[in-house]
Amino acid sequence: MSVDLSQFIPTFLAESFEGLEIMESGLLNLEAGDSEMINAIFRAAHSIKGGAGTFGFGHVTEFTHLVETLLDEMRDGRREINPQEKEVLLASVDCIRLMIEAIQNENEYDDTSIVMVSVQLSELLANGNEPAQTDKGLSSSSEPLDLTPSNTTKWNILFIPEHHLVQTGNDPLLLFSALEDFGELTATAVLDNLPSITEMDVEELCMHWQLTLISDNATEDDIREVFEWVEDECELTISEEELEQPMQEESGSTETGEHENGSVDATPSSEQQLSNDDEQLTQTDSTADTNKADSQASNVTALSPSTDDNNSPKAPKTPAKSKAKTDQGSIRVGVDKVDSLINLVGELVITQSMLSELGNDFDLSKVEKLTAGLEQLLQNTKELQESVMRIRMLPISFAFNRFPRLIHDLSMKTGKDIELIINGENTELDKTVMEQIGDPLVHLVRNAVDHGIEPVEKRLAAGKSEKGTIWLDAYHQGGSIVIEIRDDGGGINRDAVFNKAVEKGLVEPNATLTDNQVFELIFEPGFSTAKQLSDISGRGVGMDVVKRNIQSLGGRIQVESTKGQGSTFKVHLPLTLAILDGQLVRVGEEVFVVPLITIVESLQAKPELINKVSGDMMLYRLREDNVPVIPIFQLFNLPAESQSVDNSLLVVVEADGQKVGLMVDDLLAQQQVVIKSLKDNYQDVAGISGATILGDGSVAMIVDVPGIIQMALEIAQQKQKQRNNVYQLEGALN
Amino acid sequence: MDIQALAQEIPVEGEYSLEGIDFITNGEQYLTFVLDTEHYAVDILCVEEIRSWEKPTKIPNAPTHVKGVINMRGVIVPVIDLRIKFGIGEVAYCKTTVVIVLTYESDAQSRTIGFVVDAVSDVLNAEESEIKAAPAFGGIIPHHYVNGLVNVGEGVVTLLDVEALQQIEPHEVG
Repeated sequence: MSVDLSQFIPTFLAESFEGLEIMESGLLNLEAGDSEMINAIFRAAHSIKGGAGTFGFGHVTEFTHLVETLLDEMRDGRREINPQEKEVLLASVDCIRLMIEAIQNENEYDDTSIVMVSVQLSELLANGNEPAQTDKGLSSSSEPLDLTPSNTTKWNILFIPEHHLVQTGNDPLLLFSALEDFGELTATAVLDNLPSITEMDVEELCMHWQLTLISDNATEDDIREVFEWVEDECELTISEEELEQPMQEESGSTETGEHENGSVDATPSSEQQLSNDDEQLTQTDSTADTNKADSQASNVTALSPSTDDNNSPKAPKTPAKSKAKTDQGSIRVGVDKVDSLINLVGELVITQSMLSELGNDFDLSKVEKLTAGLEQLLQNTKELQESVMRIRMLPISFAFNRFPRLIHDLSMKTGKDIELIINGENTELDKTVMEQIGDPLVHLVRNAVDHGIEPVEKRLAAGKSEKGTIWLDAYHQGGSIVIEIRDDGGGINRDAVFNKAVEKGLVEPNATLTDNQVFELIFEPGFSTAKQLSDISGRGVGMDVVKRNIQSLGGRIQVESTKGQGSTFKVHLPLTLAILDGQLVRVGEEVFVVPLITIVESLQAKPELINKVSGDMMLYRLREDNVPVIPIFQLFNLPAESQSVDNSLLVVVEADGQKVGLMVDDLLAQQQVVIKSLKDNYQDVAGISGATILGDGSVAMIVDVPGIIQMALEIAQQKQKQRNNVYQLEGALN
Repeated sequence: MDIQALAQEIPVEGEYSLEGIDFITNGEQYLTFVLDTEHYAVDILCVEEIRSWEKPTKIPNAPTHVKGVINMRGVIVPVIDLRIKFGIGEVAYCKTTVVIVLTYESDAQSRTIGFVVDAVSDVLNAEESEIKAAPAFGGIIPHHYVNGLVNVGEGVVTLLDVEALQQIEPHEVG
């Protein structure tokens, strides 16, 4: 059974990255004596090593082996867990990631750091509690199977697989090769229960094995772990025998030879017999191979794991159809989501068949049925759409889980003691948004560490606890998701920001700004108040990029800060980029889509509630609020039916905490629209976030509410300026 | 029927010069169209489709020659009136008014834009040697839009540069 292994490489890569994440988060949370955590880390490292071995990535196997050895000593309690070792292990996680990324991108990597870390690892191993294992580190890396025994134990393992074991895609040979990692393995096939050749079923495994493992470091758990994949499908008995003199066990070998012959004998005949049977030809092939594998297995002494001959038990059995290029993104989808999709498609099919039957001989008496059917179709379509969108949704922990490590590294670097508290990591977010929000978030967190949290002395002087805290929260609010980065540091120094802005010429020295307006200044390009540049943040290229990235995702960022108590950055993001709930409105002959999440309410303007203030600005009294009115036809330069605000329709929308009333001619339907970019074939248009295609095939523009507010503000400022010029002119004339 | 006789009826290039039949020749093919009384042409490989005029959806605050956007099989395509852009002839929308949708793909991007013209006329074969440089004697159309001139019978067809046409200069939006 020759399987093209390369098709499983993407799976291996994905699993390795997951494993690395488990290792990383495990290491960060590792406390001494937490054996479960060490076991989890060890298992992750072990899978990566095993996978890399299967696919022939020797350098990964070698390196991971060192890590695994160190972890193994910790696991057995032979080594204390101290911070220094944790650091080295964390660094080695980075190295493995580097190597695996290099495999993924098929490029070279800089191996100096890897060599450095592996030297550190070997040193640690050399200084370990077991002097006998000193040379194990680097020398064994070239030949990981060759271990120097010191505390040798002989394990007798009775492995009786159930008959259908090979049908489930498991291969005893692979198990035996895995066992070989622990030491010298002798496998003896027991053929007592073998049926006669005529009764033999090619798909059944009727033999069992008596294994003898001579190992210096394997524990019973290690051995059981090897059989973890098949433990429900076999009987496993493991017994221990302490060896006085290691490497003495030879008695099984003659027996082995005998049985080997037996099994080899069986193979060709069964093959011959069944190759006549056309239907089972393919199976014959596979079983013949299994038998061959078995016969190899019964002669295991120093067999190196054969890589290209066998299916890895962990890899999926069905070959992937397309040879996925490794840089192609993939999503892991929960089975429940897929199941709900299948259910919905089933319902859709039922509705469709009902409708087509209805259409076969349709008369007017069936209109009611038709309406009901169409309604059902609408419902199905909606649910299907939601389910499909949900596939793209991932818990935000994918973006959050890099932060514990980041904080750990940063607190090392800055000498600040910082605790990170993450909440709402299960909040789901569109994958595209998630991928693009990562870097801005990193920047914000770095900022919180660097600028937010004060040095320990300062904190103590301010009467705060020594330990700084950064909160990372994610939650839903309306139709969007909010990510909050909060710190209990010194807060933003309003005066410093203001002075800096004056220095940079961003504001007039005598301008009066609210606190919020001042804080907004930190998002201006080229702004940084850090007196000293550090390599964490403070080059002044950060916050404007952060803001721009977030805006390009259709989101926005807000900052709140209290001096001495800390700052909060709130990032508002849309749940998904592709679809929008919209309210269709008409202005003159054009139809616009207003995003439903921005709409506060829609109302008919009562003339007595409209106030004109400061010249020609129109305000609408909405209960206690005065809402500026923006006539869309004026802003967009369109002909409109109603030119006056009186009795016109107002759609009150809110963005960036600012409410405005959009004046429209008519309110039409509410519907979901698919956002299409105008930029693809044209360019960005002020006040418009995109276009969509309506049910009748026509195009409608989607209103960009924050953009519209911005436009209206700019126009107002221009008017103001013109007016100022006029005043100045008049003043000059007088 | 006699196969031999049939085979002899099939025209061979050079032997016959049939009006209206386009043989694949060595030269490039161009789609010609009319603006007012002048003839223009664009590379036919860039032509996505030719549509009859329909009123597009307006783009707010767009310049006058950008008529709006239309839906071409789910793609939002802006429509530019070449007559307004170049200032040629009367702007009227009648039965022969068509929109030529052009796609130009460069390394950087691929853009699809529709252009309103008075009518499409013909497909023109022109070898490179037949294309003459346009004289630099004024004319309303900026020089960088013109690739050259081709003589067709008595008349002259102006070859337009699709890449230049596809550029939406920032100053065009006001």
